[in-house]
Amino acid sequence: MYVSPIREPLIKGNKDYSQVTKDILAPMAGKPGKYWYIGIALAGTAALFGGWATFVTLFTGIGSWGTNKTVGWAWDITNFVWWVGIGHAGTFISAILLLFRQKWRTSINRSAEAMTLIAVMCAGFFPLIHMGRLFLGFFIFPYPNTRALWVNFNSPLLWDVFAISTYFAVSLIFWYVGLIPDIGTVRDKATTKIRKAIYGFLSFGWTGSATHWARHETVSLILAGLAAPLVLSVHTIVSFDFATSVIPGWHTTIFPPYFVSGAVFSGFAMVLTLLIITRKALNLEQYITINHIESMNKIIILTGSIVGIAYMTEFFIAWYSGNEYEMFTFTNRAFGPYAWAYWIMMTCNVITPQLFWFKKIRTNVLITFIISIFVNIGMWFERFVIVVSSLHRDYLPSSWAMYSPTIVEVGLYVGTLGLFFTLFLLFIRAFPVIAIAEVKSVLKSSGENNNHTEHE
Amino acid sequence: MNKYITAYYLDEGKLLKGVKQIKSKGVKIKDVLSPFPVHGLDKALGLRRSRLARVAFAGGAIGAIAGFGFQTWVFTSAYPINFGGKPYFSAPSFIPVTFETTVLFSAFSMVFAFLIASKLLPGENPVILDERVTDDHFLVVIELDEESTEESIKEIEKALKEAGAEGIIIKA
Repeated sequence: MYVSPIREPLIKGNKDYSQVTKDILAPMAGKPGKYWYIGIALAGTAALFGGWATFVTLFTGIGSWGTNKTVGWAWDITNFVWWVGIGHAGTFISAILLLFRQKWRTSINRSAEAMTLIAVMCAGFFPLIHMGRLFLGFFIFPYPNTRALWVNFNSPLLWDVFAISTYFAVSLIFWYVGLIPDIGTVRDKATTKIRKAIYGFLSFGWTGSATHWARHETVSLILAGLAAPLVLSVHTIVSFDFATSVIPGWHTTIFPPYFVSGAVFSGFAMVLTLLIITRKALNLEQYITINHIESMNKIIILTGSIVGIAYMTEFFIAWYSGNEYEMFTFTNRAFGPYAWAYWIMMTCNVITPQLFWFKKIRTNVLITFIISIFVNIGMWFERFVIVVSSLHRDYLPSSWAMYSPTIVEVGLYVGTLGLFFTLFLLFIRAFPVIAIAEVKSVLKSSGENNNHTEHE
Repeated sequence: MNKYITAYYLDEGKLLKGVKQIKSKGVKIKDVLSPFPVHGLDKALGLRRSRLARVAFAGGAIGAIAGFGFQTWVFTSAYPINFGGKPYFSAPSFIPVTFETTVLFSAFSMVFAFLIASKLLPGENPVILDERVTDDHFLVVIELDEESTEESIKEIEKALKEAGAEGIIIKA
């Protein structure tokens, strides 16, 4: 088989199939290291802080937040959009890159998909908590009730309910179907009876039969085909929450593509943040190589540049439309009381990612890690700028207001971060972080020792 | 329990060649177990093309009709609400929810069909012929029936050896 000489191997080291199994299962065996305990203690504490904030919100009501009559949406929706956006990278990697036959995805898709699921859980928490009465959350679903009332299908907020719940459900089955063969591997390598029983149950009785594999491949491909438009639809619908309103700064047709590329941008940044730590901590540097990091950085340049162009287009259209409210909103964003947030956003999203044009920088793990954190911060501020700076100057100057968060809102945000890292740390102990079967299937064509295969 | 002869390979290329040779000798292969999907194996074994795509399409079609139909029913007959004089049947705003139900029904019907048809369900406890299959062994399984004699077993063994099997285990 011809292998391009320029292309570096996807999996480093002379590995055979058995070695792959051993390497990837290693982090699950034995006692977790010291850093794992430190990590989960920190994340757990943050999650407890969030638990306290949730309790205060439910007990006191959302009066405990800094939101007011003018700025009715603030950190809650910012965090919601931020988390949903982060989730998008996982689906992008597992679905869209599968359809494009990008083999490098095999090393990162499992953990990215897990990240998606956890991020969507964190996202879903915010609209629910903003309802004030969490236990009435089921009101958002259309179900026959004594009030004979149905939900409003004309509302983008309801579309969100459908989009997010479908997204979560489909991502979950996509992730689990991919996981079944690997759980089979864990079961067969298990050393204790309890582990064997648990993973045997979770593996659904996987045997590796050719018929099952053929069906598994079909299912994965079609699920990817379904998940690809789904992931685009989710952030499109999230952007409709804003775009279908009549608030200057929100009411723009550019929102769907702008939000989707922003989502993929922030999602890849979070994948990098997580994986740079994970590969080091779990000794998976031969699987998640510099090439993987570089490929992800290239996607970051692309989507980051799209986001940058979207910012400029928004500004241009604000001026070109001749609409004075629109123009006011945008000048106010850049030079008004929240200008600091705007310029943090501009620096982190538009300027620093452009450094990845230099090969030296995009192949440097430490700099990539720092820039990925910058992107995470920048994308959080993008949503904050869109939400708060558009709202705080109302049409009537008497309604003008400022917004700053209370400790309860900070607690809710930090709490979801804690939840995110807690669940991710549990995931790396419970399941293989890399798709074992998929890595094996590309090992011959893309491993370091790719010349010993007998091909016909 | 049925009796089996299993032959294992350590390389998917050799497996593929071997399977073709075994088949040409007239030995019936019950199944091939492998740690990852081997391309070309479904053709070599003569497996029927999966019909799961049709299930996905049917599920999606049901989802689309159900989603769109339900919204139409709610807004035109169950509880018509006048939103600023806009039509009750406002098809464009039903599209996002219709799209989501299409994807949801399609994905779930296909995955459930796959799991049920393959008997991959929680609590399933199949016979694991060789634990190394999920690691690095490629296993060709040949079922023996009551009519198979010592001689026929020997013949199969010979065929397997000729087909390059790295090891043969008879499970009786």
